[in-house]
Amino acid sequence: MSVDIRIAGARESTKQLDSEEISSLVTPGDVITTDTGFMRGHGTYMEDDQLKASVAGVVERVNKLICVKPLKTRYNGEVGDVVIGRILEVGQRRWKVDTHSKLDSVLMLSSVNLPGGELILLELLLLLDNVTQAEVQSVFADGSLSLHTRSLKYGKLGQGVVVHLSPSLIKRRKTHFHSLPCGASIILGNNGYIWICPTGNEMEDKTGGYEQNLEPVQRADREVISRLRNCVLALAEHKMMLYDTSVLYTYEASLKFPNI
Amino acid sequence: MYFVCFFLKDNCREDGRGCEDYRHMEIETNVVSNTSGSARVRLANTDILVGVKAELGAPAPEKPDKGRLEFFVDCSANATPEFEGRGGEELATEISGMLNRAYDCPACLDLQKLCVIPNQQCWVLYIDILLLECGGNLFDAASIAVKAALYNTKIPTVTVSRDEGIMELEISDDPYDVQKIEVKLAPCIVTLSKIGHSHVVDASQKEESCCLARLMMGVTQNGTITALKKEGSGSLDPTSVEDMIEVGTGKRVGEALNKSLTTALEEEERQGTKSKTLGFLR
Repeated sequence: MSVDIRIAGARESTKQLDSEEISSLVTPGDVITTDTGFMRGHGTYMEDDQLKASVAGVVERVNKLICVKPLKTRYNGEVGDVVIGRILEVGQRRWKVDTHSKLDSVLMLSSVNLPGGELILLELLLLLDNVTQAEVQSVFADGSLSLHTRSLKYGKLGQGVVVHLSPSLIKRRKTHFHSLPCGASIILGNNGYIWICPTGNEMEDKTGGYEQNLEPVQRADREVISRLRNCVLALAEHKMMLYDTSVLYTYEASLKFPNI
Repeated sequence: MYFVCFFLKDNCREDGRGCEDYRHMEIETNVVSNTSGSARVRLANTDILVGVKAELGAPAPEKPDKGRLEFFVDCSANATPEFEGRGGEELATEISGMLNRAYDCPACLDLQKLCVIPNQQCWVLYIDILLLECGGNLFDAASIAVKAALYNTKIPTVTVSRDEGIMELEISDDPYDVQKIEVKLAPCIVTLSKIGHSHVVDASQKEESCCLARLMMGVTQNGTITALKKEGSGSLDPTSVEDMIEVGTGKRVGEALNKSLTTALEEEERQGTKSKTLGFLR
């Protein structure tokens, strides 16, 4: 049992950590430029011949195009992204999936790799509230996403923890599945959902998750998962980009503290 | 849902806590200048601000020689969009009702001291609780903030003079001529959630959504239970209720919580004006 109450004034300031100041940080309404030679991109608007930011974030400039990349946002899907989603609705031949985008995403039955090629009831495959991992197949005109789990890398996720973060904190990399040496695997979904699970479940056997391993996870493994989860949340709290190396370094640094 | 339950085996929770561990709490008193006493408690993501205002008023007819406590909870729509409009009202009455019951115990707070003239004038403490952010376990956090704010409350001294049968009240306007309230035995609420087969203290929002039944109790520093309330759609076995209250967790955790809070408050008072008010922007 532990109860830890501290005085707010005693907290050390964390300011010295962020020594470099980001100059391109804007809040809604901030004037980005008064130069009319630029093109208006996402997250900006024109007012009185001035280009202003409509979201809080970092200004990015590609040639003449100015965009503001928001710090906190819904997920804007792109083809080929790895996403983690939660099944919201089981339909006739499709599932509705929550992927933290503005509209619900769909996973069509035809986009699923069926085990053994036989047709089985959809409900048996993915149930309500199951967590699934998929790739974005296409983006519809209204911005909603169509997913697929064609490869055996993707599919239903078994035992593990989901963490919900802002999508802009996930660094785009070649691979988003990582089996970390500390004994757990992590999937950094591009949509800001992160899956942490013990290594040796879905990742290794690549069955698409249809054969579920329901054996209890050992306490030691769960402690590793909890610690990783807290590390990921700590990184997000300090607005640090998440990728395999940053997570692993944080994990190693956290080992100094015996209490998770 | 499955995994949260599953995680609870062997006393290890999703965030690595044991079943009887509270998350870290930060506390600051005297944060609002135009109140008699105020406090702000931050428990992980839960953020609660409490202000106490002392005013002279009439005592309740059934308790003519005692002061009154009036709880009022405001659920800010900033905390969660669900509170917009009248969305937070139900929760607000639940919290204020629970606090009312927990403090409705003669041993925990000496209300007689708040009486100025029996049957006519007494101090009424209006306790306003503002929920700024919800991160689970609102009841416990609110009760801690209330206790801290009461500890911080300063009531001006009143002198009563009789002039030919007419009573006259004189309220001192010297900011140092004040009286404090003895809150050592004021209760804190401890909520025990039943998730799977375990009883969990200080449930996070995720855990709260998995919990079917919970038991809330007001516990004082010496282990007296002043109020008890069961909530949720699920049922509790009598043995498990007993287990929650007597044998195990409830009392012990409540005592530890109160002691820890008193230590923190005394420490802050000792620092006095040396420490700067941190406030809300940091």
